[in-house]
Amino acid sequence: MSLELRGITKRFGPLTANDAIDLTVGDGEIHAILGENGAGKSTLMNVVYGLLQPDEGSISVDGKEIKIESPLDALAAGIGMVHQHFMLIPVFTVAENIVLGHEKTKRLGILDLESARKEILRVSAEYNFEIDPDALVENLPVGLQQRVEIIRALIYDAKVLILDEPTAVLTPQETDELLRNMKKLKAKGTSIVFITHKLREVKEAADKITIIRRGKVVGTASPSASQEELASLMVGRPVSLDVDKNPAKLGGVTLAVSNLTISDHTGRSLVKNVSFEVRAGEILAVAGVQGNGQSELAESIVGLQEHVTGKIELEGKDITKASVRDALHAGIAFVPESREEDGLISSFSIEENLILDLHDLPPYAKGPVISQSVVSTQAEKLVKEFDIRAQSAKDSASSLSGGNKQKVVLARELSRPVKLVVASQPTRGLDVGSIEFVHERIITERDAGRAVLLFSTELDEVSSLADRIAVMYRGEFIAIVPADTSREELGLLMAGVKR
Amino acid sequence: MKLKKLLLPALSFGMALFASGMLVAFSDSKVLALKGQPLEMLQKAFATAGGAYWALFRGSIFDPQLAQDRFIEGFYPFSETLVAATPLILTGLSVALAFKAGLFNIGAQGQFIAGAIGASWVGFSFELPVVIHTLAAMAAAIIFSGFYGGLVGLLKARTGAHEVIVTIMLNYVAAYFLLWLLSTTAFLRPGRQDPLAPEVRESAQLPHLFGEDLRANLGFFIALAAAGAIWWLLNRSTWGFRFRAVGANSAASKTAGISVARVTTSVMFIAGALAGLGGAMQILGSEPAMTAGIGGSFGFDAITVALLARANPIGTVFAALLFGALRAGGLTMQASTETPLDLVLVIQALVVLFIAAPALIKAIFRLKNVETGEAVASKGWNG
Amino acid sequence: MEWLMSAPEVRNLSAPERRRQRGIITMAVLALFGFTVFGLLPKEGQPVTYSFVLGNEWILVKEWIVNSKTGALGFSIASILAVALAAVQFRARKTSRFASIFFAATFLMSFLCWAAAGKFIPFTGLLQGALLLSVPLIFGAMAGVLSERSGVINIAIEGQLLAGAFMSGVIASLTQNTLFGLLIAPFAGAAISWLLAVFAIKYGIDQVVLGFVLNVLVIGLTGFLYKKLLIPYQSTWNSGGTFAPIEIPLLSKIPVIGPIFFSQSIIVYLMYVVVIVIHVALFKSRWGLRTRSVGEHPTAAESVGIDVNKIRFRNVVIAGAVAGLGGAFFTLGAVGAFNKEMTAGKGFIALAALIFGRWSPMGAVAAALIFGFADNLQGLLTITGTPIPSEFMLMAPYIATIIAVSGFVGKVRAPAADGIPYKRGGR
Repeated sequence: MSLELRGITKRFGPLTANDAIDLTVGDGEIHAILGENGAGKSTLMNVVYGLLQPDEGSISVDGKEIKIESPLDALAAGIGMVHQHFMLIPVFTVAENIVLGHEKTKRLGILDLESARKEILRVSAEYNFEIDPDALVENLPVGLQQRVEIIRALIYDAKVLILDEPTAVLTPQETDELLRNMKKLKAKGTSIVFITHKLREVKEAADKITIIRRGKVVGTASPSASQEELASLMVGRPVSLDVDKNPAKLGGVTLAVSNLTISDHTGRSLVKNVSFEVRAGEILAVAGVQGNGQSELAESIVGLQEHVTGKIELEGKDITKASVRDALHAGIAFVPESREEDGLISSFSIEENLILDLHDLPPYAKGPVISQSVVSTQAEKLVKEFDIRAQSAKDSASSLSGGNKQKVVLARELSRPVKLVVASQPTRGLDVGSIEFVHERIITERDAGRAVLLFSTELDEVSSLADRIAVMYRGEFIAIVPADTSREELGLLMAGVKR
Repeated sequence: MKLKKLLLPALSFGMALFASGMLVAFSDSKVLALKGQPLEMLQKAFATAGGAYWALFRGSIFDPQLAQDRFIEGFYPFSETLVAATPLILTGLSVALAFKAGLFNIGAQGQFIAGAIGASWVGFSFELPVVIHTLAAMAAAIIFSGFYGGLVGLLKARTGAHEVIVTIMLNYVAAYFLLWLLSTTAFLRPGRQDPLAPEVRESAQLPHLFGEDLRANLGFFIALAAAGAIWWLLNRSTWGFRFRAVGANSAASKTAGISVARVTTSVMFIAGALAGLGGAMQILGSEPAMTAGIGGSFGFDAITVALLARANPIGTVFAALLFGALRAGGLTMQASTETPLDLVLVIQALVVLFIAAPALIKAIFRLKNVETGEAVASKGWNG
Repeated sequence: MEWLMSAPEVRNLSAPERRRQRGIITMAVLALFGFTVFGLLPKEGQPVTYSFVLGNEWILVKEWIVNSKTGALGFSIASILAVALAAVQFRARKTSRFASIFFAATFLMSFLCWAAAGKFIPFTGLLQGALLLSVPLIFGAMAGVLSERSGVINIAIEGQLLAGAFMSGVIASLTQNTLFGLLIAPFAGAAISWLLAVFAIKYGIDQVVLGFVLNVLVIGLTGFLYKKLLIPYQSTWNSGGTFAPIEIPLLSKIPVIGPIFFSQSIIVYLMYVVVIVIHVALFKSRWGLRTRSVGEHPTAAESVGIDVNKIRFRNVVIAGAVAGLGGAFFTLGAVGAFNKEMTAGKGFIALAALIFGRWSPMGAVAAALIFGFADNLQGLLTITGTPIPSEFMLMAPYIATIIAVSGFVGKVRAPAADGIPYKRGGR
């Protein structure tokens, strides 16, 4: 089945997310849509899947134009989608999730789950995807949850399967398996559109590549193009994919973590007996697929986790039981994983966000009163230093772009006297320019003698920034290896294979 | 344009008055009797509704009849408005402050009662010199109600218990507790069985502002001072910064080192204390003998006041004056036009409904580009 | 106690386990309290007479006369045994639901023996009255289930009940036909919940505030019309009458159970149907699956083509209808005429029952029955005279709910998307 998009335009107020996009996906083709974060790829796919309506343009399947007004229409036309953030109901079983929206019923509207179970087992056997129809989705690991979405699309006879950033949550080995499965599906006649910003995958799996930048199609390429070429097309200017880094100048031990175990409120261990050190002037990058305990480990350093045993020491001082406030003021800069939820208060002004953790300390406050003028002066200084693009520091933070929001977080954290920088996925969802800025800043801090603990799921980022790499798997540090370790080796470690 | 901000509340109020006016008119038997004659019916409808609203005005702001001797006496009803507005300002502040910190204080009623109990008890049990007695009664009120509110905050902070449910429940607990208290000998007048507490001694009562005939008392200025204090707290102090931060985004606040638990507990304590102070003002100012109904409908009124004022402390004063006028005038309206006082409830509910649906007002009046904004963010049970 | 706290293997108790442990300790404390205060303290008992006859059952169960002190001792010892059983099951890591229910029953009986010393307790009548008092609570809780499972908080249950009571009373009076009154009741409740749906779903207004305001609107409107029309023109507007109880042949003659369940008015029988239908539909039908999906993860539901807001809207309106029907109970099922604010906060207790019952239909029904029983018991004891002030007994359901919500003896989790308005095409 072939899919053709002509002139698709979608606007959100003054912002044009998709600008007259043309796209042709042939029969039995793996077509990659490449673009950096914010380019408009997901919007385009939401239009194709019926979750959004285009302002202009048309969609044709096998040459015939069709109207897609809801996901039901898309499914009826043979278009299936696996979302970046899974569209599964955690408290339902796999079978319930798959039948939702297409339920078969017996008399009186009572659900018929038996036939659904049979279908699921049939499809999963055909494609060699193991899945238990009666498992509760919330108990399944991430890779299996993704499989549920894929099976759902296949059960409803999807001829075109859209995968939105499918490898964001997978290990390199799981990614390879997914790419293999994509080729299997292609062999059976399914066309695949997969959206990504990862150059390596695109070159490995795609038959054709369409590059989108700022809402427009800027070109097509074949997988034989070099990574640099593809990156330049994505960003619009020549991009060097390496980061300049001086050799590390190590100082004393800044952070010492011993036998750290973190549990959730039901008693399950999320981080098991982790021990490591970070010295001043070095970057220790923690690599690993999302969900192996990194978020919890990062949070525990500043005291955001409750059920913690073990010891955390900052320059010899025990801060394991310290409150968040005390940890921050002891000299830790914390860049949280989700800047929108945990890093900034959107309705507060940029100024107010910049003093979020310093609001009651001199010089920003005299006793219980906030010194407004000091706050404003400091804000101006930081806006300049960190090149935060905003009309005024009194504007609300919600008006900032993703990159600028992250700059506000960095500005706030790095304007305090700091010994240790803990950064959790600091470049997630950022455009290339902002990514470069963040990388440069991290290196600057490291060269200034701070210790940096970086958590990242992007192997390229890990390899280029780290002085040492720790790989995290199922809550444990499976190994701590030097920065020049090969990608294959890192991939094996991330999948839990110890050598 | 400050005026633009007032447009929406003004229109909402207008719509509410109009709808309520229709209710008054078309539930009147004399109006309904004119069913066959549309013109006369419309005239009678206008007259009936107009009469009710005129009575409302006469009872709350200015009465020409009273002005016949001396013009200034025409404003006597305004004193009643001040009396009615005083507890509304305080309970409204209680709810508004909580809103700013992201909490729903539906419990102003119970906290009010707790404060009234404290003020009443100190007021009639002890003999103290004049100003000290008042202050002691106020202190007792603040302590009792502060803890009653703080308990809610503590439960939420420690166990995640949603404050809406806890405060609704505590309202009933307070009401029944008061009922019980008024059956114990400690709280009864010697020799009598009716549920009426002894009157608070003169030394504790608040001085009247305009002479003995008018009920307006110092409580109004205490309430104004409280409003000012809360404004300063929210906008100029480090405490208020934290309150607002937690109300806007508790996750980010926690990540920045703000103790959400401490904020929750202290906000509810202060909110409780404010509502309790309202109870104290009521006891020490206008109802020196506590009854089971001392709580009145202050709990609900507080919410409508806070919503109309968009949780703004200064706006709360004006909203409280408005609803206080409605209450004061409503009594006159009920007495002279046989329009039940319940109409005031209807007007209040409609005002809030219209205020809360800016889109609706805009659609009705085809307004564009009027600032709306949310005073209260929508949250669920789990948030 | 140490035995309960330690464990054969060194294991960190998870939070749910710690809560159950707290629950068992609470039960133990209560049981011992009961044993001492109800059993040991009184110097000598007085006879308590339990009667089990209400009407014309097949077998007239004989009265049971027991000495209050003996009875209290006996039952409290039984309750201690129940706690022991629960503790043993806890250590064996099994659920102790039966033991908890047994504890509740025996503790209650020991309390009753103590409080009613020297008095006459019409036991069957007590239970029948308890069921009656639970009727509006159950209807209200079912309305809550429908609404909240779809993701819309419904604080306006009180208003929906009152609207149903008012309209059913008025229409029954105007038409002098109780059946017409009953038929209009759901529409009255649905009208209120329609307002809730429009403002909450279409305009995204905060649902707690909205519910509260709607309650006051209904109180104000009904109070206004009551004073303006129902009092002065009572014979026209406010003399609707009630439904006579319908005795189901055969079943109503079963001793003890018969009069309680099968000798009630049509409203109660409708209630049985409503509860069963909702329970089955919510968990076994297509409607139920879609409803629950919309309440848990509306974005996911939309991604498979479900119209989230349409389902929410429909369910909220139906919820109002259910509550309105329950409101008819006050007028047509009990008093025969409308009084100002006659729902007296039952809507909020229904909400409490919903939360106590963890948003599940059967759980809410169980909670409502408990509250109804407590209410009826309180009334009975006030009449017969007891040591505990009635006000404190009236407080009990509210305090119980606070304890429940604070997770002291169990975590309550609302549907994940409950209370959060949904906009198409986004999260």
